[in-house]
Order: sequence, then C-alpha cells, then structure tokens
Amino acid sequence: MGRDIKTFRFTLNSKPVQISARKDRMLLWVLRTELGLTGTKFGCGEGFCGACTVLVDDEPVRSCQYPIKDAEGKKVLTIEGLAKNGDLHPIQMAFVDHDGLQCGFCTPGMILTAYSLFLKNPKPSRAEIIRALDDNLCRCGAHSRIIQAIDAAAVSMGGGSSR
Amino acid sequence: MKDEKYVDQEFSEKTAPFTLDRREFIKLLSGGIIVSFSLDISGWGEPAPQPGYGREPKDLNAYLIIKEDGRVTCLTGKIEMGQGVITSLPQMLAEELDVPLKSVDIVLGDTDLCPWDMGTFGSRSTKFYGPLLRRAAAQAREILIELAADKLGLSEDKLTVEEGFVLEKSNPQNKVSYASLAKGKRIERHLDKEVSLKSATDFSVCGEPRYRTDSHEKVTGEAKFTGDIRLEGMLYARILRPPAHRARLISVDTSEAERMNDVKIVRNGDIIAALHPTPDGAEEAFRKIQADFDVPEDDLDHTNIYEHLLKIPSEGNVIEKEGSLEEGKKLSTKSIEESYYNCYVAHAPLETHTALAQVDKNKATVWASTQTPFRAKDDVAEALGMPPENVRIITPFVGGGFGGKTHNGQVVEAAKLSKLTGKPVQVAWSRPEEFFFDNYRPASIIKIRSGLDEKNRIVYWHFENFYAGERSSQMYYDVPHYQTVMHGSWGRGGSGIHPFGVGAWRGPGSNTNIYARESHIDILASAAEMDPLEFRLNHLGNDKRMQRVLNAAAEKFGWKASRSPSGRGHGIACLDYLGTYVALCAHVDVDKKSGAIQAKRIVVAQDTGTIINPQGITIQIEGCVVMGLGYCLSEEIHFNGGQILDTNFDTYEFTRFSWVPEIEVVLVENPDLAPQGCGEPAITGMGAVIANAVYDAIGIRFFELPMTPDRVKAKLSEHRMSSF
Repeated sequence: MGRDIKTFRFTLNSKPVQISARKDRMLLWVLRTELGLTGTKFGCGEGFCGACTVLVDDEPVRSCQYPIKDAEGKKVLTIEGLAKNGDLHPIQMAFVDHDGLQCGFCTPGMILTAYSLFLKNPKPSRAEIIRALDDNLCRCGAHSRIIQAIDAAAVSMGGGSSR
Repeated sequence: MKDEKYVDQEFSEKTAPFTLDRREFIKLLSGGIIVSFSLDISGWGEPAPQPGYGREPKDLNAYLIIKEDGRVTCLTGKIEMGQGVITSLPQMLAEELDVPLKSVDIVLGDTDLCPWDMGTFGSRSTKFYGPLLRRAAAQAREILIELAADKLGLSEDKLTVEEGFVLEKSNPQNKVSYASLAKGKRIERHLDKEVSLKSATDFSVCGEPRYRTDSHEKVTGEAKFTGDIRLEGMLYARILRPPAHRARLISVDTSEAERMNDVKIVRNGDIIAALHPTPDGAEEAFRKIQADFDVPEDDLDHTNIYEHLLKIPSEGNVIEKEGSLEEGKKLSTKSIEESYYNCYVAHAPLETHTALAQVDKNKATVWASTQTPFRAKDDVAEALGMPPENVRIITPFVGGGFGGKTHNGQVVEAAKLSKLTGKPVQVAWSRPEEFFFDNYRPASIIKIRSGLDEKNRIVYWHFENFYAGERSSQMYYDVPHYQTVMHGSWGRGGSGIHPFGVGAWRGPGSNTNIYARESHIDILASAAEMDPLEFRLNHLGNDKRMQRVLNAAAEKFGWKASRSPSGRGHGIACLDYLGTYVALCAHVDVDKKSGAIQAKRIVVAQDTGTIINPQGITIQIEGCVVMGLGYCLSEEIHFNGGQILDTNFDTYEFTRFSWVPEIEVVLVENPDLAPQGCGEPAITGMGAVIANAVYDAIGIRFFELPMTPDRVKAKLSEHRMSSF
C-alpha cells in the first residue's frame, strides 16, 4: 500500500478533513475505517444495493464504488451528518414515527437517498419517491413504511403528496 | 469449509451445555433484585420436548434485574434482526411487572449475561419465550409485594402494584417504589410458587401498538452492527475460497501477497487468509493470492435438479393418514394429479455474515452477526479447544437473518484467525461468499394426487413431499381419505441429495407445502366449477378459525364469487403455520407482452392469538408479503455443479419498491388463545395466492416458482399455440 499515497481534502459532514490514502481506495472503507463513521454500510461491494450510499455535492453515490480521489475538494454527507445538534432531520424523524425500518441496515442509505431527492424535488409524488429509491434494496420488506415515512417527511418540510 | 460441520437437521443436533458463570454475572451488578427461577416449561405453552428441543437449562437463570434506580433490565438470549423483539419483549415484561415500558432496558444475545436460548428463529420468541419472560416478571411482582409487606407492615393481600410502586389497596398514598425496595440489597430470589399471568383483557402495555424502540439509533447511524465494532489493533481478514463446492485445493502461492506492507498471511489447516489493518487492504492482498483448484465434474444444475431429487431412492415416511386412499379413489369421479416445483433461494440479508473475535490465552470474546449466539459459543469452544465458559458471544444488532444466520461459519473463522495472529480479527463475508456459503431453502417437489366425487367434494388426497420439509404439510381440509408422505427434510437429509448446504428459510417447508396445497385446491375448485373461496369453506368442516380468517380477508378484499379463471387476476389462499392462521387475497396484473407480473393489492387476515404488539405484527406481515413476492417472481439460485452462478444482486433479484403492492392487514382477534408466532406465517401463503391470482388473470397455471417474466412469456406463447 506504500505507493500512490496522497493527501485528500474534502468537507465531511460540514467539517474539513484531510486524509492520506491511496487514490484508488474506495470512500466507503476510508469512512468506515480511518474516519470511524460506521453508519455507512457495506452491503454488496458492487454498487447494487445502496447500503453504502452517501452524498457527494448533494448527489447520491455508491461509496463502495467511489474512489476517494473523486471526493477531493467536495462536500461529503454521511448519515452521521444529518442530525443537527442532536435534533433529528425531519426525514429521520419520519422514519422513527412511521417505523420505516426493520433491521436498519439499509436505513442510512434510504434516508440519504430521500434527502437528495428532496433537494431536487421538494414535492415528490409517491411514484417519484418509488423511482428514486428503486435501486436501494431492503430485504426485511419495510418498503411500504419507508414510502410512508418519506412522503410524511416531504409534507412536514412543506412539500410532498403532490400526487 | 467442511459443510458437514454446519449441517443441522431442523435444529436438532447439537447438545447445549449450560455454562453461564453466574458468579461473574452477579458481580456485574451493584445491587438490586435478580429474579431467577428454575425452568419448568411444562404447561406454559411449550410443546412436549422433541428431539433437540427442551434442552433449556434446569439450573437457575436470571431473566430480569430490578436495579437500585428502579430501572428494569430484561435479559434474553434472543437477538434483534429487525423482527422487533427489542420492543415486544420489554412490552411483555412491563405488563406483568407493572412498570412503565420506558423504564425497561434490554440486553440481547450476550452469552455471559443472558439465559441460554436455542436461537431466534421459527417465529418462536413471543410464542415460547414470551411465557417464560412473563412468568419471570409476574414472579418478580410477587417478590416485590413480599418485600413491601415487610416494609409497610401490611399483609400481602392488602397490597397491589401500579407503575413501579407497591401500594396499599385501601390507601393508595401508602406506597413504596420498586427502586427503594431494591436499594441497598442484592437479593436473588427463586420462587416456585405459581403465579398467574394477566389475561389479555387486563393488558395495558401489551395489545397497544408500540413503535420500535431502536429506531433512533438506526436512523442516525449510531446503531452498532457487528462490522461496526472497532478494537485496538484489529485486523480484517479475507479467506481463500474454492470456486465451487467440493473443489480441492491443488496449489497456492501467497508470495506476492506477502510482499505487501502490513499484510499478514495465515496458512493453517484449511484456512488460508490475508489480513490487514484495513478491509480493502485485506481484499487487495487476497487478490494477489494465486491458487489452483481441482473442480470435480458435475452435471447437476438448476435445470435438472428436480429430476435428480426424484431419482433418489426413498421409501418415504407416512406422517399422517386418515381412511384409505383406495376407498377414496373408488368414490372419486374426477382424479387430478399434479406436481409442484420450488427452487433453491438465498437468505441474502443485507448484512453479510460478520464476526469480530478477540482471543487471548484463556478467553475468547466474539461479536457476531448470528441468530444462534449460544450455539456460536459452543462452536468457538470446540474450534479453539477452550472450555465453553471461557467463550463469550456478544450479539450487536443483526442486519437481517431469515433463518440464514444459524450456522456461525464466520464466527469460527474469526476466532481461529484471532488465536493464530494474537490480534482481534474481523471476518466479514463478501457478497459472493454470502451467496456461496448460504444454506438455501432446498429445491423440492410436492406431488398431489386427489379426486372429487360427483358432489364436488374432495374424497382423497395423497400429498407426497420430496425434500421441502414437513412444516405445514399436514391436512386441514375436511377430506375422508388422505395420506401425507415425507421424503427427506429441509435439512441436508443425507449426502448426495443437495449439491450444497440447505436449511431453514423464513417459513421453512411451509412456503413450498402451502404453495402446492393451495394451488391444488384452486385447481380442484376450477374442476368443480366453483368459486375458490366457497370451495374452501365447503371443505373446512368445523374449523372456525380458518373460516374466520378466510371470511375476514375476503370481506376486506371485496371478494366476489366467480369461477377461476375470471380474467380479473384475483387469488385466494389460506394456511395454518404452527398455530397461526392466515388467509390472503391478491390482485395481480400480468403484462402479456413482457411477461411481468405486478401485484396490485394484497390483503392478509391473520389470527395470531393474543396480540402483544399489533403494530409489530402488522409490520411483520407486510414484510412477509414483500419478501414473499421475491420467491414468487424472481428469486432462484442458479448453479452448475458445485459452482454458484449468482454472486450478487445483479442476477439474484428480489423485491424492489416498484414491485410492492398496496398491502392491507386485518388482525383477527382471538384473545382466548395464547400469543402465537408472526414473523413467518404470512410469507408461506405468497406462492399460492400469487399463482392463483395469475391463473385467474390469464388461465395459465404455474407449477414452478418463481414465475419469472421469461417463464410467463414462454407459457403464454405455448398457450397461444395450443389454442389454435
């Protein structure tokens, strides 16, 4: 691992970070190992499941497929950065209020995907929510509640249910 | 990995010595009341011990602790994998002890702290563990009343309890808190006195919908799963795997991997592994290992597996019999014989099998993603040659199990590697490893021979099960002559049967048995030219529970009597899963161009006996519908000999958001019956209700699952050809 080590700087959950790593290392492992942010999950390692979803400059990316060099100078948001001063984000709150999870392993990826949807479309219809989340896998079958939670969050944020 | 080691015959093999070091355990407590009792589970809803069951320890066990601050800790060997016992078990405890739910903490799956438990599977937690926990709580209540009687100088019959206090019935101001009764004392009590559990009509904490209590930590990313635990100096391991089951290692060259910085290569017995302080570093080193395997020739694959299974000589075991099939055949005017095929499916939890082991000279501690922590403890002890009392398994949140996390292969691997390296070691299976080492739901066949008499009554029923497993194969329709025959079980069933490991998959056995039976009942209803609901009700004799769930589902669905196929795409099915009764109605659309089946709406009516958490039950039913759709429509393991062709979610597809129908749940009340299981029952009806709805839509019967778009298209074109 000695070769190609570089220092990368980016904003992580609103704080600047600087980390030395090989440029082809995937963001997922740097987040989970060196940076200690384990809310981002490893699910499939090939970008199929969405458990490792984080936002880079507000766009959802599969961090298991996203080399750290591409994050240079950008803004990375993980699930740990969503609540502010201990107050849950309305999407997180809605997942709690609607039991929008079972085992919880896919939950961070679901919430961040919903968050990025709202940035582009604050009033998503149910069909738009489903389309946005369709590549995020949940094996427990919490789907109906997840949709309800996201819809409710959109409403609580002044959008939603514009079906 | 030696498959044999992980074989289990429907959870009935290993012994489970009880090794809780109670002195150690009690040392952890500063004071308070520990409620222990000798486990005599007869009369508490547990069935008579079957081989392998009833091994719960006879020693004293602590089930709950009332601490000095008045908080109560619930101790359970069960684990939380999404099914929600983290909420429902404290609910039961709070109910019987009369404390607020929010004052109850729970410790799950820690083998040093919790009473022995067989494992979390089979929808057993509420049904079988619930009565034990409730009994412990009710006994604790009696102890507190005894202590309060002393303190207040009143006789016990003058006292009652409420919200964490013991109070004088005639003067509620005269009261003493549980906390003050527990304070400054370390009391271990053991009561033999029988106490009565509350009846459902007296429930105040149970029976009310409760939201999950673990949501906050799961939405913030704080919740710790096994892979999230970090220890100083820990290494991540990747283990060399064969390309196919039964492949033999011929040569291996680790020299290139060894040249990497910080890499440790372990070659010991059957483990060859690369370890590194980062997971991706371990992966990189692992990819540099050059290995040659001899892969044996094997023609068996997913296209000829059923043929293979049916060729295996087997006499079969008659598990139930009524009347005489010969007599029944004489009465029959219309005989119908069909076979139903169900394939291998994977558990595919989103969290792969993961363990972190820290093994010192005399002590092994392993954090594990497992449904069976106490079995893991025995497995580690055996693998390390260590006394079981020196092994502790801690179970963090489990990211899905579905029956697949009962074998603990990764736990033993991590423990061995930690012992060999002297460092804490994490083993987290990759997704291809997860698919490869999974113990799939077995491929299986059900053959049904049946006949109707001239009054359109079923007069004989010969149900022959090949390797699906026995559960829910029993007859519940009113038929004078029937016989149920088993060949093999859902376990391995001897060598030469399945080309890889098989095991319990959410609703084991039942998914296939009910798919076959309830499809066949529909076929008979069509042959009788009757509405499938009416036909079922006609054959349910005095089975009021089944009639009730069927009627409840039909009413909610708006079922209109019709002969199938009606073109509407409506289907119905009912079932008994270990005492939980379920009826389902489905509406599907079939896209004749693409062959895609879309479930539009599914109604489930379920009688689960007494209801502890209606919210939890409803959500488990929804999960069953959603997960069940996967095995109906897409899930199938493809293989070529011992090689597993599905290695990730690109080819192994299961239910996505866009497939999910509108789901409506009716909880049919039955407070006179003790709480039954709810994590699995509804999933077992999905095969039949969707197949029946598809038949109703397009007049084509599917005798094999899954009903993939390709299969639907092929059948549609066959159908068109034959109708010329």
